[in-house]
Amino acid sequence: MKEIYFDNAATTKTDKRVLKEMLPYFKGKYGNPNSMHNKGIEARQAIEEARQKVSNILNCSKEEIIFTGSGTESDNLAIFGYARKNRDKGKHIITTKIEHHAVSHCFERLSKEGFDVTFLDVDSEGFVFAEDLKKAIRNDTIFVSIIYANNEIGTIQNIKELAKICKEKGVAFHTDACQAANYCNIDVLDLGVDMMTLNGSKIYGPKGVGILYKKKGVEIEPILYGGGQENGIRSGTENVANIVGFAKALELVYEEKEKEIRKLTELRDYFINELLKIPDTKLNGPRENRLPNNVNVSFANIEGESLLLLLNEEGIFASTGSACSSKDLAPSHVVTAIGNSPEIAHSSMRFSLGKDITKKQIDIALGFIENFVKKLRKMSPLDFSIEELIMKNKKARECGE
Amino acid sequence: MADIKKHGKEWFYSKIVKEHFFHPKNMALSDKDIELIRPNGVGEVGSPACGDVMRMWISVENGKIKRCRWRTFGCTSAIASTSMLSVMITEKGGMKLEEAEKITAKDILDRLGGLPPNKIHCSVLGDQALKAAIKDYRKNEK
Repeated sequence: MKEIYFDNAATTKTDKRVLKEMLPYFKGKYGNPNSMHNKGIEARQAIEEARQKVSNILNCSKEEIIFTGSGTESDNLAIFGYARKNRDKGKHIITTKIEHHAVSHCFERLSKEGFDVTFLDVDSEGFVFAEDLKKAIRNDTIFVSIIYANNEIGTIQNIKELAKICKEKGVAFHTDACQAANYCNIDVLDLGVDMMTLNGSKIYGPKGVGILYKKKGVEIEPILYGGGQENGIRSGTENVANIVGFAKALELVYEEKEKEIRKLTELRDYFINELLKIPDTKLNGPRENRLPNNVNVSFANIEGESLLLLLNEEGIFASTGSACSSKDLAPSHVVTAIGNSPEIAHSSMRFSLGKDITKKQIDIALGFIENFVKKLRKMSPLDFSIEELIMKNKKARECGE
Repeated sequence: MADIKKHGKEWFYSKIVKEHFFHPKNMALSDKDIELIRPNGVGEVGSPACGDVMRMWISVENGKIKRCRWRTFGCTSAIASTSMLSVMITEKGGMKLEEAEKITAKDILDRLGGLPPNKIHCSVLGDQALKAAIKDYRKNEK
């Protein structure tokens, strides 16, 4: 059975060219970059070359790139690192209601450490209002973190505008750009961000590597202590192969960006338009300023996990915002934050495209999706129209158990 | 049930669960399917907001559940456990109401060969839907 992979927002396939660059560091070039001998120097050079490549693309200096173990770690380092280091300057920090858990759970943790946290609302398409951010900033606000492009519904924020507001008020600004790297402007100077997170596994690179861009002069405290690698900010022997792979992957997505944006935007819009022909279906997220690879829809009266499993059986891999697929049995906080009822969140499906996706694959998938939605609706005792579900905007109750 | 969340993160379904999910038994595909069994009891539990709703129609003769139809809005586990329950109560000439009322979530789970730990609550809804249908039948009989 041929596989159709619609889960590129979860992770991407490692590009062959990336893997090729990485392999020598599993074989002959296995040295510890912190060693003084030639074996170590060889590895050190590879890391510094990778750092140079990354900084060229991000338009920053080499010293501003910190290699970490994942996007999650970079988010944690930025948030805990900045808040804890600068807590004497103020205890108010700001984020949004549609962050990835790698950000939102850090803020929740900091609120237990005595920080005052504001979670900004978003509109029905997932956009943060600049005015809301302006109003939320107080005299004791020290830090803001806003996701660049949302991993579930694809909303791309106007990071430049939001960063500018923070700059004017003297507040540090971090953005999680894990999903944005392939398709958005990641020139940190142009964006005006103080910190930015990227991740290898979303850019056709390896899993288990991320970077944090940290502007010179921005002071953070480490979250890992040890041998003092990465300028004392991130201890632990560097993962040389992954770092080399990350740099290569970033270079490739940067080179192929325009082509991919054109191709995927067209496929995405075709996919969305065809899906919306299925009765009682709703698009989640915006039409414009949406990640070129993100499709997220809700089908009334069916539950996402069931559809996911039926598609899985046909070799079609997608993702859902249904409670049943989450560890905490709560429906997607993002799909509900844009004003959707829990019913719509339970029925939401995300199809995230990647560079290998073809129109033919989308057509095959559409056939199955349409049939399975019909099948599940026949099985369902519910008979709401999508409009009725859109009108229901009640808070998720205590569910399960 | 309170410590479900503490358990593992296994998402794999047993063969039996998959069989009942992909090929559900006694499901009402159309209203005609329901009419044909001449139901004399119907029960519904769950909430769309919580992501699980089950409706069950039963046809009782001489104190036994002879036939049953159901519809479920929910995940794999919810669909498979309703399907399994419908088999349990109608097999071998039908289950006596007194016995059917005693079916627990654990009985359904056992027949399914288990469920992933944080999906166990799905099977609870099945026995509740059945109890509601039996209650409705008894009310109709009066």
